[in-house]
Amino acid sequence: MDRASGISTRRRKRIVVLCETQESYCMESNNQRLLHTFAALADLGQEIANTADFEEMLRSSFHLLLGSVAIRRGAVAQYDRQRDTLRIISARGIDTPDTEIQIDRKHARALADRGSLTLNDATAEAAQFMEEHQEFFASAEIQLLLPLVVHDRLTGLVLLGEKASGEKFTEEDLETLAALARHIAVGINSHHLLGEVKRKAEENQRLYDGLRTIYKETVRAFAAAIDMKDRYTQGHSVRVGKYSEVIAREMGWSDNEVEGITIAGYLHDIGKLIVDLSVINSPERFSAKDSAEMSKHPAAGYEILAPITHPYADIPLMARYHHERIDGAGYPDGLKGDQIPAGAKIVTLADSFDAMTTDRPYRKRLALEDVLLDFRANTGSQFDPAVVCAFCRAFLKEIEGKKERRLLNLLHRNYDNVETVSPLLNQLLSEFEVGAMAASTAN
Amino acid sequence: METTGATRIQARCVGDTAIIYASDYLNKLTGERIERECKNQLEAGRHAVVINFRDTELINSIGVSILMGVIDAAEQSEARLIFCDVNTQSASLFEMLGLTKHVRIAMDEDEALSWIEPQESRRGVASGS
Repeated sequence: MDRASGISTRRRKRIVVLCETQESYCMESNNQRLLHTFAALADLGQEIANTADFEEMLRSSFHLLLGSVAIRRGAVAQYDRQRDTLRIISARGIDTPDTEIQIDRKHARALADRGSLTLNDATAEAAQFMEEHQEFFASAEIQLLLPLVVHDRLTGLVLLGEKASGEKFTEEDLETLAALARHIAVGINSHHLLGEVKRKAEENQRLYDGLRTIYKETVRAFAAAIDMKDRYTQGHSVRVGKYSEVIAREMGWSDNEVEGITIAGYLHDIGKLIVDLSVINSPERFSAKDSAEMSKHPAAGYEILAPITHPYADIPLMARYHHERIDGAGYPDGLKGDQIPAGAKIVTLADSFDAMTTDRPYRKRLALEDVLLDFRANTGSQFDPAVVCAFCRAFLKEIEGKKERRLLNLLHRNYDNVETVSPLLNQLLSEFEVGAMAASTAN
Repeated sequence: METTGATRIQARCVGDTAIIYASDYLNKLTGERIERECKNQLEAGRHAVVINFRDTELINSIGVSILMGVIDAAEQSEARLIFCDVNTQSASLFEMLGLTKHVRIAMDEDEALSWIEPQESRRGVASGS
């Protein structure tokens, strides 16, 4: 017996054990609360990483926040600065007939200045906002507002009702909720920024498409201007562009590459701008001197086109090499075989085809059979077999109605009964296709 | 025992009481399935719902939030809601968060059913069990 307190030793021991048990229970409870909060934060990180479905991300994050301190009802709203509204994305236990809450910018700023606020502790502008929506807050039994803020700007608002325990929010609760709310605010802000980036990217794409259209129109106008210089070859550059397009598509080039080769066709003769008019419009076959003058145009074309940034690859090179031959006997650089870019080989064939199928001052256009026989004679020396085969395949497909009539429409101005060349096209294919495939495999 | 096709939640009925079996981890996905199943059972006119947590090892915050939604739904339908077979960790979580003020926790299914009025639980032949 302790004489001073009058408590027996046995009873004192029991009191000590009870205190220790109580202390241990409190510690365990605190640890569990901490673990639950940490788990909520970890889960929230995963939810916020879900950028595929913004509303689902916000809904899940909100439920996580409710579950972290067991709040029975509430709602989460996204702030729309343009429309001065808070749009409710998700709610639990609250009837939200109006999914939007009006909020002016002054009130939004006031909310952004606050970490969290209960209905009773709001001041000045925040209080005014709360007064305006008093009826809704009262009917929904809202007790706490958590402004979602990033860089001092409001991104949203969490409205919370009472805790399941019915107890008041503790400082710990408010800290937990504020930490979770900061993450949710970042999630909303990231979504907003992503939307901005997307909008900018779409705007840039529209501008880029517009520029490409302007570029193509300008190039077409330029092609027409080049052809205007030569009274006998009007429309030549545009036709070479179109023939090149058909061949490249048949060879399986991508849309962007096909657009590039079309442009290259339009511009391949741009170097003729530096050739004297009297040479270009000479009614006779070129003299040696005139030939030397004319042979400058591929290199001149390259010089004109090289300083320009084109949206397609190798346009200047296609202009420079469109008179090269795969046997190395062409000009200006005497390149051979694979030294010549594939695009230049296509433009070479398209250029020759148009030259042979149009009238010149010193000769009439050739019969189509003769054009194809010229191809047969010069495939492997002047022309690449793979390009000749692609041309023949595309031509046949158009004749057989398997493809849009591009070549045929261009040829019908000058030729009747184009279909009669089908057997010859098939012969060329059987002669050159194996060689073309072998060359392609070797490359 | 029924396994609801798309949701894969196990449930059975004893008279007017629906017994729903929670899965091993109560998170958003499984929690929403339980919530949907509870609401379906309440809409079907069950007067009591027992959620059996015998397989549940862990309940995260979304799981807690969803369980509060279930409590609300049961209250609105004036139906009894009882949790049973809750492990120690989950039981102290429910206690700590105040869920136990709204729902009773039974040791096991038998105890849960014994808490429900005999006419509620023992009426008619058990369906789906």
